[in-house]
Amino acid sequence: MNTATAERSALDEARARINALPLDTLNPVDIAYFADDSAPLVFERLRREDPVHRSFSPVPGIGHYWSVTRYQDIMTVDTQHAVYSSDFSKGGITLMDFPPGEQQLQMFIAMDPPKHDVQRKAVSTIVAPANLNNWQDLIRQRTVAVLDGLPRNETFDWVDRVSIELTTAMLATLFDFPFEDRRLLTHWSDMATSNKATNPDAPEPEVRMAELKKMLGYFTRLWNERVNEPPRTDLVSMLAHGAATRNMGPMEYMGNLVLLIVGGNDTTRNSMTGGLLALHDHPAELAKLRANPALIDSLVPEIIRWQTPLAYMRRTATQDTVLGDKQIKAGDKLAMWYLSGNRDETAIDQADRFIVDRARPRQHLSFGFGIHRCVGNRLAELQLKILWEELLQRFPRIEVMGPPTRVKSGFVRGYSSLPVRIPA
Amino acid sequence: MPKVTFIAFNGSHHVVDATAGLSLMRAAIDHNVPGIDGDCGGQCACATCHVFVAPEWAERVGPRHANEDEMLNFAAELRDSSRLACQIPVTDALDGLVVSMPEGQH
Repeated sequence: MNTATAERSALDEARARINALPLDTLNPVDIAYFADDSAPLVFERLRREDPVHRSFSPVPGIGHYWSVTRYQDIMTVDTQHAVYSSDFSKGGITLMDFPPGEQQLQMFIAMDPPKHDVQRKAVSTIVAPANLNNWQDLIRQRTVAVLDGLPRNETFDWVDRVSIELTTAMLATLFDFPFEDRRLLTHWSDMATSNKATNPDAPEPEVRMAELKKMLGYFTRLWNERVNEPPRTDLVSMLAHGAATRNMGPMEYMGNLVLLIVGGNDTTRNSMTGGLLALHDHPAELAKLRANPALIDSLVPEIIRWQTPLAYMRRTATQDTVLGDKQIKAGDKLAMWYLSGNRDETAIDQADRFIVDRARPRQHLSFGFGIHRCVGNRLAELQLKILWEELLQRFPRIEVMGPPTRVKSGFVRGYSSLPVRIPA
Repeated sequence: MPKVTFIAFNGSHHVVDATAGLSLMRAAIDHNVPGIDGDCGGQCACATCHVFVAPEWAERVGPRHANEDEMLNFAAELRDSSRLACQIPVTDALDGLVVSMPEGQH
């Protein structure tokens, strides 16, 4: 049996197993579905049989929640922020209500208007189109340096050497963070998204909070230096001088740092790995791309759709309402499963296929829609575009030497390692 | 068919035959006008079809709606003439319409 056939039969087996489960026991946020990447099969069934699905998670703090699995229902929820709140006081943007031993982080992604609007505006110019032109050369230089430094003819970890290195360098640049300490940003990002309640391998909540306090201490030093200097274009200076952000309390500063670090780190990092893997899994698409590198423009949004690095965002109903054919009660929480909507055949043609020259590739849900739409989306696309331009020029072959290790999370859909080899 | 002119940030003019009844965003996408993305497909949910309506057309095109205003609130460059092209239905009365585009859609 060749590899492709073996993979197909494993997929059929997983699909049969999931289809045999009683519908009301399906709990898609269970990390088991993410550890073996069978989550798309759970959603395939829910979209078909119960597109707005009520389930129960035994994890403390999660409990009952709705899964919204179809593209258009997700769009409905995402664009009605008055009915479906993101506010941290109601539970924020992830399904866990109050992680044991800590309070909810206050960050603008987990706020409703008007506070959300002013805080978002304070940082959005750094990633606005005019500024992206300024970043372009620097991103290319750093990408070239990282790629030229990769080992040849030996197996190495793509996640560590490429995906983490490039996204961390970018983040250090945005914060004007001491470059030699940049891996601290990776460490804090991993700490922030770790969750002992769902992943037994994660650090204890006290350890997590202690590390985040160290992050706050480090960034408070940077804030204090910059608040007394003329305003500059890095994120710390922008927060310290911005009218909407300069009076933030320490916990709110911490929350917004976590948002910017995780938002700029986990997402692009996992799309950098996911793209390599997707092209490895679809050799005909890779051949198309190599024959016509201009397809990078549609490759990039297709990678972001295919990977969906944040699998869902949570909302909390502020009033009784109806979604699909379900009665939603005020206070109910919902997961908008972007991962599912991005594979919805009724909204996206041949949604289950990875197609590098797809028509309308940008109409995916990975950035969300409405007022919370990803603020760094254009920067993320630029980083991926430059990466693929430089990869195609440089390496005629990149061999994937084994399966990836997937992150144990139902929120961040990503990879902790991927062994690859570049022939000399 | 109403003719519409899109002026790109670099000054280049794109004149297209728009279809009455469809949105101005659709007219741009269907004619591959660069600088209009329309990521949400026309649901007023992404603000990537931001245009500036030429002053002489402002009255005929009309002001932006509340939810459009909310999305445009985050635009890098917001002007009184800012509209989302997906929220402007093309009509015969808009024959000759001129809109220009920002430096990039965000």
